[in-house]
Parts: sequence; structure tokens; C-alpha cells
Amino acid sequence: MPGKLKVKIVAGRHLPVMDRASDLTDAFVEVKFGNTTFKTDVYLKSLNPQWNSEWFKFEVDDEDLQDEPLQITVLDHDTYSANDAIGKVYIDIDPLLYSEAATVISGWFPIYDTIHGIRGEINVIVKVDLFNDLNRFRQSSCGVKFFCTTSIPKCYRAVIIHGFVEELVVNEDPEYQWIDRIRTPRASNEARQRLISLMSGELQRKIGLKVLEMRGNAVVGYLQCFDLEGESGLVVRAIGTACTLDKLSSPAAFLPACNSPCKEMKESPLVHPPSHGCRSTQNSPIHTATGSRLTQNFSVSVPTLIYTGMGSGSAGKEGGPFKALLRQQTQSALEQREFPFFTLTAFPPGFLVHVGGVVSARSVKLLDRIHNPDEPETRDAWWAEIRQEIKSHAKALGCHAVVGYSESTSICEEVCILSASGTAAVLNPRFLQDGTVEGCLEQRLEENLPVGCGFCHIPYDELNMPFPAHLTYCYNCRKQKVPDVLFTTIDLPTDATVIGKGCLIQARLCRLKKKAQAEANATAISNLLPFMEYEVHTQLMNKLKLKGMNALFGLRIQITVGENMLMGLASATGVYLAALPTPGGIQIAGKTPNDSSYEQHISHMQKKINDTIAKNKELYEINPPETSEEVIGSPIPEPRQRSRLLRSQSESSDEVIELDLSHGKKDAFVLEIDDTDAMEDVHSLLTDVPPPSGFYSCNTEIMPGINNWTSEIQMFTSVRVIRLSSLNLTNQALNKNFNDLCENLLKSLYFKLRSMIPCCLCHVNFTVSLPEDELIQVTVTAVAITFDKNQALQTTKTHIEKSLQRASTDNEELLQFPLELCSDSLPSHPFPPAKAVTVEKASPMGEGNFRNRSAPPCANSTVGVVKMTPLSFIPGAKITKYLGIINMFFIRETTSLREEGGVSGFLHAFIAEVFAMVRAHVAALGGNAVVSYIMKQCVFMENPNKNQAQCLINVSGDAVVFVRESDLEVASTQQAAATCQPLCTGGEVTT
Amino acid sequence: MTSELDIFVGNTTLIDEDVYRLWLDGYSVSDAVALRVRSGILEQTGATAAVLQSDTMDHYRTFHMLERLLHAPPKLLHQLIFQIPPSRQALLIERYYAFDEAFVREVLGKKLSKGTKKDLDDISTKTGITLKSCRRQFDNFKRVFKVVEEMRGSLVDNIQQHFLLSDRLSRDYAAIVFFANNRFETGKKKLQYLSFGDFAFCAELMIQNWTLGAVDSQVDDMDVDLDKEFLQDLKELKVLVADKDLLDLHKSVVCTALRGKLSVFSEMEANFKNLSRGLVNVAAKLIHNKDVRDLFVDLVEKFVEPCRSDHWPLSDVRLFLNQYSASVHSLDGFRHQALWDRYMGTLRGCLLRLYHD
Repeated sequence: MPGKLKVKIVAGRHLPVMDRASDLTDAFVEVKFGNTTFKTDVYLKSLNPQWNSEWFKFEVDDEDLQDEPLQITVLDHDTYSANDAIGKVYIDIDPLLYSEAATVISGWFPIYDTIHGIRGEINVIVKVDLFNDLNRFRQSSCGVKFFCTTSIPKCYRAVIIHGFVEELVVNEDPEYQWIDRIRTPRASNEARQRLISLMSGELQRKIGLKVLEMRGNAVVGYLQCFDLEGESGLVVRAIGTACTLDKLSSPAAFLPACNSPCKEMKESPLVHPPSHGCRSTQNSPIHTATGSRLTQNFSVSVPTLIYTGMGSGSAGKEGGPFKALLRQQTQSALEQREFPFFTLTAFPPGFLVHVGGVVSARSVKLLDRIHNPDEPETRDAWWAEIRQEIKSHAKALGCHAVVGYSESTSICEEVCILSASGTAAVLNPRFLQDGTVEGCLEQRLEENLPVGCGFCHIPYDELNMPFPAHLTYCYNCRKQKVPDVLFTTIDLPTDATVIGKGCLIQARLCRLKKKAQAEANATAISNLLPFMEYEVHTQLMNKLKLKGMNALFGLRIQITVGENMLMGLASATGVYLAALPTPGGIQIAGKTPNDSSYEQHISHMQKKINDTIAKNKELYEINPPETSEEVIGSPIPEPRQRSRLLRSQSESSDEVIELDLSHGKKDAFVLEIDDTDAMEDVHSLLTDVPPPSGFYSCNTEIMPGINNWTSEIQMFTSVRVIRLSSLNLTNQALNKNFNDLCENLLKSLYFKLRSMIPCCLCHVNFTVSLPEDELIQVTVTAVAITFDKNQALQTTKTHIEKSLQRASTDNEELLQFPLELCSDSLPSHPFPPAKAVTVEKASPMGEGNFRNRSAPPCANSTVGVVKMTPLSFIPGAKITKYLGIINMFFIRETTSLREEGGVSGFLHAFIAEVFAMVRAHVAALGGNAVVSYIMKQCVFMENPNKNQAQCLINVSGDAVVFVRESDLEVASTQQAAATCQPLCTGGEVTT
Repeated sequence: MTSELDIFVGNTTLIDEDVYRLWLDGYSVSDAVALRVRSGILEQTGATAAVLQSDTMDHYRTFHMLERLLHAPPKLLHQLIFQIPPSRQALLIERYYAFDEAFVREVLGKKLSKGTKKDLDDISTKTGITLKSCRRQFDNFKRVFKVVEEMRGSLVDNIQQHFLLSDRLSRDYAAIVFFANNRFETGKKKLQYLSFGDFAFCAELMIQNWTLGAVDSQVDDMDVDLDKEFLQDLKELKVLVADKDLLDLHKSVVCTALRGKLSVFSEMEANFKNLSRGLVNVAAKLIHNKDVRDLFVDLVEKFVEPCRSDHWPLSDVRLFLNQYSASVHSLDGFRHQALWDRYMGTLRGCLLRLYHD
């Protein structure tokens, strides 16, 4: 009995009227944890009951504490008939299980009903007494901290980054159980909500156990998803990066070094599949491995790509002995792991040595062929297969690790596409093991790695390139080779030297497919996938060129499967890396050179393209230095490319099908207009309108080139569903519809947020789903942050000065790192976290007033402001404490769709309610913000004929306490003035 | 390609003041879009009509969801669903409860019942205010009325506390509630020249002096109902005009004091008895509900119109009324000085406000 959970029900407010006769409610509350239930007294005839209950005490195992949610049900007492449920509150008590997070959960929670939505609020206090019992055979993993943030959380230091952890649990979906036919929709929804909550808890506990096994104490970049497989079950799976973190305020506390890297003793049931692969030249090196296996369950493994853009070959030897040493160390550290993957997208300085390029793998599976659907084995094997593939792709790029790693699925009926992607990279081993080599390595790092370009240098061998590419000497250090284009899934490294600003680049694509069953369907899909990947890649490349940029960060390619089509949506942030060569333009070539009007048309198009490039360069302030030609390494001669290609292919496969996806053997960036398709493509390139002036957008954490953020942020979710006219749907029409949908959505966002100009949409996250035959749903979550225009204008100096400046400031930032620790720990003494919250709510003084002029203080409001952001930080503020992970799953259903304002009204209200519930939970934990917020799923189904709709939403994030930097300054100066009375400072601030 | 679903939800609820005004004014989405296009917003922002349509729909939906909360403003402050900065919350409430002068003049003093609601159609046609907006304004009046009708304490404070309105707006609502409760006639043709502000001013004076609350703050309905006892007592004033000697004495005192000070002295002298009879008779009649309703009609008929037809300047009216009320104190045979002051103090203020073109 290692834990005691204590719950007190204080009061309710704004309850709905349950008794029509009296217009009042006789409410009482059931508090349930595990199999134990307590009840409060009935509070007669009130919409604002004051129960003020005793402390309900649950004595439970810590295993249960982790798995089970606390379930609070508010009911209306009825003497003659069954009591009516008003609604429920599920409270995840996990944040109370680790010492540094929250100590109490206390506050107003919205009472939620899956049919009626939020119905009033209830005030609850929850506490946990944990009895530490370390000698037991542990089934629980209390104390392991979880973070959604995909970087080392702000107030921690990474002692060791252990590596990949994953887990998957399966259960029967309550919606598909026989009992569902006889129970109410409410009961079914609640069973589902409860089950997912339970499974999430179990999953987290199991992952925690793995982390403890690895001797870590935290999971960073924790990403949990659920797959609604339908008949075959409900899967909840999670991946993350195990770390040993050290709280920054206690710098001396060093954990004993543990050198045992992760050895997940998992069988990999993989026999290398006979694959017929294709590699193509063209600008994109596509590394494909298509294989079909006749195993028990049908499975088609589909083409996988390695995107690096152009480029390869380098300097294993030229890199000097240091590089070799580094490689050896990393290799040894990583090779012991089954999967050297990291879900992180931003890293401590020096962690990332080289970046190879994007690696991805997809596989099509049939869910109705799972032999034993209630057990996780089959799905485990599927993912292991894909991860193996990713690993081998990374190897092919000369990398030992994959960073910015993520996994996703798309399910339509019984077909499921599993996808994984990441960025192949070479890492610095010092974070992967213990801290002993730290000193000497750090020194060497500074000597050897030039600031801002090291990660661009190719990790693979120039003479043994995995794909053909143009290589040049690095434009920054002139010593090592770099590719001409770099694609990655990670955030822009903080020390990268960027010229100008970045921008959001999207590739959008639809492909019709015939409706089919089972194997035929899966085969059709897997046949389409390589072409889609290729086209998405081509589009990205062309759009990147059109922007005059040479690198993509945060690349995320989503392939969605529907009944009769496949959709591909790739989003990334384009930037101009100073280390990479200037991208060439785009040239258009026509097929029929004799037709003069056609020629004219072509030259007209060419002119338009050139104009667009020039305009974009101006818009994004890209003006790189002129370079003398001789410095640039010449591209690798073509013959060598091809021979190399064939050789590598014959290694992997017997039947080589040379799928030459390139447009002949022309220059890499020639667009050939040989049919209407190509014409469309070129047109679509030019129809992408840039955001209105004053707006920037990116899908990474921060926008390169903007660093003077103000504190005004606005997180939002926007959802659009369009119905395609089913008549004569062609690929072109479909593409246009999809393109328009995305472009219009962006335009709407720019218009809606126009009052925030100058502003940047950060972390723009598009999700596509195909809920029905003719419906396309696009969900966007992002945060708009304003920045100071005046400061932005100051940077209109020459680029050299700029880049120099930036490099030096970056250096300073690095140096400031330890200094920040001190300033960070300083205010934590006079300001306990509770105080910090009030500081945020209160009127900022002095500088704070100036910065916060748009958000006047609220004196009379009782609801504290909770900020939400998909970013890992809050501009102009310091995160002082992480309170725990927020991971919530809601179902909402209606049988009166029209009355609730149609589908838009229904979903609008539901999303607003979800936000409200997230905020309430954060506030109850004592926090004032959610960072790394993500809406992982928004599954919307409607049946307008029956006047019904249902929606499932899954969100997560990290609850934190933040303090405005201006308040910190004020506080510290005031504190200096009145050291003997530290409390009065807080009092003054809160007035 | 048709948009089935199109929503935008911000962590902080976006409120567009211009769209809010259009919504409050009762325009349909398409009318609102047309009006926004006409405002030149497309040129300013480079947006398309489709974007504007989507944006307007979205705001309308948000306002529709907020409307339920706006019916009980304290709920808006305590609810958790919409995160709205306090300054915005105040703006939402204040604008929602704001009303059109033209509309309020139509319903002021009318019973806030279903019957009146049917007349809203006519009001809408007459005033050019959309029916939707008329309904909102009417429902606001009715809602505030219902909540504070039976409540103890100061009317203005009650309104402010339960609807979180500004001081100015709370006072206006107090006037509306007071008028609705006492059913003062304000719609007659001869009253058309009066503004809502004129009536609100009078209401405030009457609430301060003529209601139960003015004498005893512990009574129910204190601010809404006139003090019945006071109205009963007003009959006693009749002696001022019924007793011929007293009336003559009163006239002579007033005339002596004002001689040479009024530009319209002779007219005043000639009319004194009529005016005095008018004012005192109004008081004496107030015991009947019907006559309470006609208070303003009577005041205008018996005092404002005669003076106006003789072209009294306002300053003379003031001098006259001051003297007229004060000189009663020197009438030895008159015993109801306090009653007279309570009556005349308020009436003087009202008359001065009502006296304009």
C-alpha cells in the first residue's frame, strides 16, 4: 500500500437545471478511484451547491495511481427514479507522483458530459501521500518525469540522453463491443474515454519502467497517439527519449554516471525482405525498398525515401582525426542500442555534429488480418520492422542516429499506413554516456567545429555516396563538403547561420485510387506511395528554389488514406543556410520547340518564375555574399553517379528495376512542360501567394531571422472540411481543390490575426484526414506571436555584418547559458511558485507595463489566464517549473446537430470546451501555461440525415509555471532594494 | 467544392469590434459581409470576399455562443469556456446592453410584456432598426426588469451588480425599469420632443425623492414603486389652489419677489393662477394610477406648453419655479411644508429639464 490518495469535494457552480418543476438541482458527487467509490451528501435545491465534503481517502498501489484516473461524477438525486448524471471530471493524478511537480491539485474543473458538453464547474482538492518503497519488485515507475517538449526542458540540464523508448498497448474498442448495441451513446463514450485514460496511464507507467531500467529519470519528447483500428481494437502507443535530467537550480547534484545504454531486449522478427528497390536520380536521391512478404498477416512494405536534397559525399578523411574519433565514440555508444532514435528536435549545444538528411519509411498493413488482435505483438513487429528500415537508411547516409524522429498512422477501414520519419545524424557521444569526456571534448569541439556550419557538413563518404548529389565546399568554413540542399525534420539549430528570414513551405498532393478490398487495396496503395513521395519531394524542392532558399527544417510529410484517394501534405520551414551554396533558379523547357507561340508561352512562364524568385529573395531578405566561382567545388561528374547508383542497388536486390523518376538527364532544376499535368504543376507553383506584409509563417519553433518577440501570443485551432463534387473527379481537380483549401485556410488565418501584425505564425501544424468519401478535413494548430517591428527594421544592414553579428550573439548566448542558471535560480528563493502565478495575473510594473500594454491587468476577474502554445517556450517569460504532462482525451456526441448550430457550431463549441478543460487542469495544478501543446487527433464524424455528429479529440502538452522576464527584473531590483522584506515585493507587484 | 465546416478557435477568444456591432445591430451574415466590403476592408487587407464571409460567420457563431452568457454577465466573468481579457469582457457586456435612442423612446413606459413584443415589428419599421436588434434591446429591458424588480436596495446598484454595466448605463436602465414599472406615458405626440435623456433625468430625481427607498431603505421594491403614502398625502396640497386667499397670497409673494427680474413678468402674473392650479392639481391626482401614467403629459400640457407659448426663456422659468416653491414657506396658513418640498423639489428639477423646444 504505497500511496494514499485524498480527495475533497468543495463546491459546485453554474450547474444545469435538472428539475424542471423547481428550476433547481439536487446535486451530489461520486468520487471513484479504481474500484472504490465515495459519495457526498445531496445538496438540495441549488445550482451552486456547497458540499464541503470530508477528505475521501483511497489506499492504493502506486501502480494503480499511475494507471487509473480519478473519476468524479456529479449527479442529480431523484427520489423516485434513477439518479441523473450531470457530468464527469477525470483527473490525471500523475503530476502528483513526482516530487518536483505539483503537490496539490485544487481548483474549478468543468463538469463534462459527452452529450451536453460542459455543464457547470466543480471545485475539487486532490492530494497524494506516497510512501517510498524502493526495494519492492517495481511495477510502477513513479517519479519518472514526462515532457512533451521535444528539447531539453528549460529549467533542466541533460546529464545523459539515453535514447529511444517506446511502448504500445492494445484493447478492444468499447464502441465495437456487443454491449454497445444495447447501451446508450453516453455510456459507450464514457467507457471509451475511461479506457483510453487507463491505457494512457498504463503506457506511461510501462515507459517509465523502461526509463528506470536505463537509469534515466525522465522522458523528453514524449508523443502518445491512439489508433482507432475499429473492429481489431484500439491501440495506444507512445515514443519518447529517455534522459537523465538535472534540475538547474541544484547544479551540484550529479547523478552517478550510468553507462548502460538502452538494450531493449526485444526480438526483431525481421528477416531481410526480398525487395525490389528503386533508386532514382534526379535532384532527389530516392532510396526505395519495396517489398512484399507473405506472412500471416498481409503486409506491404513500401518505398522509403532518404531526402537530403542534393548532396552527399564528404570528408570522412578530410575531417581529420577528430572526426574519426568522434565517429568511433558515437558509433560505440549507439550501436549497442536497437534503435538509436531521438524524438528531440532541438538539442543542447554541441550535441548534433552532422546531419545527413531525412529518412522515412512507410508500410501498408491490413488490420483484419491481425492474427491475435488483442495482443500487441503484431503491431510491435510492424513498428520494429519500420524502425529497422529507418535505421538502415540512416546507416546508408553514414549516420548512426536518427533525430527528430516521429511515427504516425493513417487508417481507412481495414487498411493502415504506418509511417516513420526522422533525420539521420551524427551525434556527439558525450551526452549519450556519462559526463567524463565532457571537458576535453568540449575543447576540441570549439577548435574543430566552425560555428554555424558544422551540422551541414556531410556525414557520409564522398566516394561512397548513397545517392548522387552536388557537393561543394562549405560556404562558411571552406574546409568541408556540404550538399547543395538540406532537408531535415528537426528545428533549426540555434547556432546555425541563416541569411534572411524563413518561410513555411508546403507540398500538397492528391491521388485518386480505385475502391478496392483487402490485398488489392493495399497493393494499390503501396503502388501509389512511391510516386506520391516523389512528387511531394519534387514540389518541395521546386518551391524551395522558388523561394531562393536552400534548406528545409521541421519537415513533416503526412500521407492520408481514404476510400478512393490518397492525400499527401508536406510542411516544412525553408531557410537560406549561409553554409550551403546559393540555389540555382528553375528553368522551364518545352517539348515542342518548333511551335513559336508555345515558345513564347514558355518564355513568359520562365520570366514569371524568375520574377517570383527575385521577389521572394527581397521579401525574405536573402542576399548572400557573392562568391568567386573557383571556391565552389564542381559537381560530381554524372557517369560516376550512375555507376555508383547501380552498384548500391545490386547489393540490396536481385531484380533491379531502374525507376528513373528524373526528367531525363538534364540539369537538376529543369522543369519540363510536356503535358498539361506539368503545366498545372508550374501554375500551382506560382499560385502560392506569400503571406500579406507583416506576416511570416513557419512550422518550426522559432522563425529564423526574427528574435525580438513580444509577449503577445495567440494559440488557435482552425478546422475546415470541404465536400468534393463527386462528378468527374480528376487528379488535377482534386489537387486544385486541396491546394485551394489549404491556401484559403492560410489566408483566413492571416486575415483573422491581422490585428497582431507584425506577427509570425509559428509551429504551424497541418493535419489532413479523409473522414468520408468526398470529404477532406484539414486541421491547423499554430501560435501567432507578435514581434517588435522597430527592432526588426534595424537589421537592414549588409548581410555580412548581420551574419557576423548573429554568429557573435550566438556565441554570447552559449556563454550566457551558465549565467542564466544563476539568474534563474535567484528569484526562485524569494518567489515560491504560487506567488509567481499571482505575479503573472497582476499588473506588470515599470517595463512590464510597456511590454504588456495590449493586455491590461484584470482586477476583478476570478479566472486566471492560462496561456497555451505549441512552442516549448513563452516569449518574454521564464519557465520556472514543470508541473507535469497534460494528456487528455474527449469524446463529444450530439443527436441535435442542427440545434447546436450545425457541424461548425458543434465543433467550435467542442474545441472551445477542450481548451477550457486543459486550462482548468493546468490552473488546478498551479500553473499558468501549457507549452508544447499539440492536438494529436481530431476525428470528426457526422451524419446530417440523422442530425448526429461525433468528435474525438486528443490533446497533450506540458503544464508549467512561468514568470514574465520583466517581472523578474522588477522583482529582483525591488528585492535588492528591500532585502530584509522579500514578501513586500510580491505584495507590491500584485496590487 | 463547398465548405462543410469552417471554424477558428483561439485560446484567447478573438473579438472583432466592428463585426460585434454589426451583429448587435441585427444584420444577417450576408448583410454584414456586404457592409464590411463597403467599408473597404478588402482593399486594406487584400483579403477575398470568401475570407470575409468565413470570418464573419465565425465571429457570429462566437457571439451566438457568448449570448447565453451575456444574459447573465457575472457568468461571463466566471465561465471557463471563453478566455477573454477583462477589458474585452466589459466591452462585450456594455455593447450588448447598449440601446438605441429611437428604440427606447418607443417602449419607454410601456409594459414589458408579450403584447409589446408583438409591436416590435412596427417599431422596427418605424425606426429602421432591425427586428433582431429590437428584440435584443427589448429582451435586455425585460431581463433587467425581471431581475431587479423585486430586489431590495438601490436600483442602480442592483443593476450594476447583476449586469456589470457602467455607471452611466446602469442609471439609464434604472430609468427604464422605473418607467416600465410605473407605466409613464411617453409616446403621446406632444411628448415627442423629449429625449430619453430628459425622461431618465426625471426618473432619477423621482427615484431619489418619491419612492419608498427615499425615506426607508429597508423596504421591498423601494426604488421601483412610488411611495403610496406620499402620493396619498399630496391631496393635502390642493389647499394651495382651492383656498382662494392662499392662492392670492401665494401669487402676490411670488410677484413681489420677481418684479423686475423676469422678462415675461406680465405673462407670468397673468398666468400664475393657471400654472399653479396645474401643478397642484397634478399632485393631487397622483393617487390614481391612471394619472400617475399621465404625469408627463400633464406637466407638458399644464406647464411647459403655456410657458412656451408665451416665450418664457429658460432662465425665467427657473427663477419662477424657485420663487414659486420657496414662497410657499411664507404662507402662514399652509401646514404641509415638508410634503411640498418633497413634491416641488423634484418637480422643479423635472420641469426645468422638460422645458425646451
